[in-house]
Amino acid sequence: MERKSPKIEGVDVTVTPLPGLGTQQEFTTGSGRRIGVITHRDGRIELIVSDAQDPDKICAATELTGEETSTLANLLGAPQLVGKLTEQQREVTGVTTWQLPLVPGSPYDGRTLGETEMRTRTSVSIVAVIRNGSVHPSPRPDFVFAGEDLVVMVGTTEGLRAASEILENG
Amino acid sequence: MQHTATALIELGAVFFGLGILGRLAWRIGLSPIPLYLLGGLAFGQGGLVPLTGIEPFTELASEIGVVLLLLLLGLEYSASELVTGLRRSWTAGLVDAVLNAAPGALVALLLGWGPTAALVLAGVTYISSSGIIAKILADLGRLGNRETPVVLSVLVFEDLAMAVYLPILTALLAGVGIMGGLGTVGISVLVISLVLVLALRYGRYVSAVVDSPDPEVFLLRLLGAALLVAGLAARLQVSAAVGAFLLGIAISGSTAANASRMLTPLRDLFAAVFFVVFGLNTDPSAIPPVLPFALLLVVLTTTTKFLTGWVAAARQGIRRMGRARAGAALIARGEFSIVIAGLAVGSGAVPGQLAALSTTYVLLMAVIGPVAARVVEPVAHRVVNTVAGARS
Repeated sequence: MERKSPKIEGVDVTVTPLPGLGTQQEFTTGSGRRIGVITHRDGRIELIVSDAQDPDKICAATELTGEETSTLANLLGAPQLVGKLTEQQREVTGVTTWQLPLVPGSPYDGRTLGETEMRTRTSVSIVAVIRNGSVHPSPRPDFVFAGEDLVVMVGTTEGLRAASEILENG
Repeated sequence: MQHTATALIELGAVFFGLGILGRLAWRIGLSPIPLYLLGGLAFGQGGLVPLTGIEPFTELASEIGVVLLLLLLGLEYSASELVTGLRRSWTAGLVDAVLNAAPGALVALLLGWGPTAALVLAGVTYISSSGIIAKILADLGRLGNRETPVVLSVLVFEDLAMAVYLPILTALLAGVGIMGGLGTVGISVLVISLVLVLALRYGRYVSAVVDSPDPEVFLLRLLGAALLVAGLAARLQVSAAVGAFLLGIAISGSTAANASRMLTPLRDLFAAVFFVVFGLNTDPSAIPPVLPFALLLVVLTTTTKFLTGWVAAARQGIRRMGRARAGAALIARGEFSIVIAGLAVGSGAVPGQLAALSTTYVLLMAVIGPVAARVVEPVAHRVVNTVAGARS
């Protein structure tokens, strides 16, 4: 079997051709289970997870549409983004990253980012907005908020508290 | 007019009947091939509905069925997959060939049918049904299993083996002697290497000849090219099937993927006719005498295919349960066994009983294969538990 192992983010990804069907890409988790993706020749994508008892066997396989794969990637990637930001800001004393929900019915639901005047009022920066699992990095002032958005902000603890208050009550 | 009306009614009844049989087969998780064969047997001599007047069509349609079966087999794997497959899995492939061709050859010799029939029956028992197996693996959700690439690489090797085997078989069936046979071996190995090089280096030019963004034009060109190549090959005393197969290998890349998507329904239609016609041409009364030999072959080759899968999976460091799954998955025989038997019976160079034996054998193997693949896990668990129970 031809198996190529490129490293992605420090994890060995095994690529196995499935003659006549497509390609399988997978990696083994720390707990010893294989997680991977089968890309069929006709472009269909299947997510697979191996069995806990028998690592040769898969216990779950589900087909995903293009939109679903990017949603899944974002769901898994979003906490990573916050994690990375926190990691980067740890060096700078007194600055933290918060991820706050914009509840439906908030005064800013349906209004633009610029209207919050967040920077002027709290000196907090909005670095990203996560909506339906997809990340909108560096939103511009004309970005329109919607209920259930996750707003990723960087600032002092004090500033972030104020920002949270603003998002909730205006 | 009257004649056309009757022919249409008969043909309609046959297709509709096959449709019902096919639905029934997939319902119970089986390949429809054995049911098509049974349908053919039923229509044939002394059968339920004697068919008259549609033979010219069914004969030609079944020939087209063979051409399409082989064309799609060639399209199934790209030239690079074939070459890497050959490089990586030739040991498993050789084990497969030796273990599974031997029982067929031995039984033919035992029956006193001669060396040509031995070669035919060796092919019948050797070649697994990639169609049935791919369906089983997908249905049982085993595509992501670690033994699956092993199973597929065995199938890839068989595919290549067919490219060498079919021309030799055709030559022998045409009555070429041993020396001529050796010459054919040389020529066929040369031709297949040439086609592979052609497909690897210049595949896009071959593809460009048939490719078109318009599906209608594409279908016509593809089918036209296939029938032209097959017909020319038949003229040159190489079988039509071989020509179509080599064309399939030469077409590559996205053209190949589109071609197989487009031709699959057409193949299913004509192949169904081919199986029915093969059943039609088999004399049901010839089955009882060969039944014991068919059963012997079933037992032997179920075991040898299981061993092949077991050994091939073990070589890749797969655990016992995975080896058992690989072994069971490979058991199914189907369309290509019938293609080989069809070529042989059509040439008249082998005894007619060979058709009866092959039909019976494939009938059984096409049913046993999917069933074995399904039950292998519970059975293996039970065996493991019993052994463990006996020990404690």
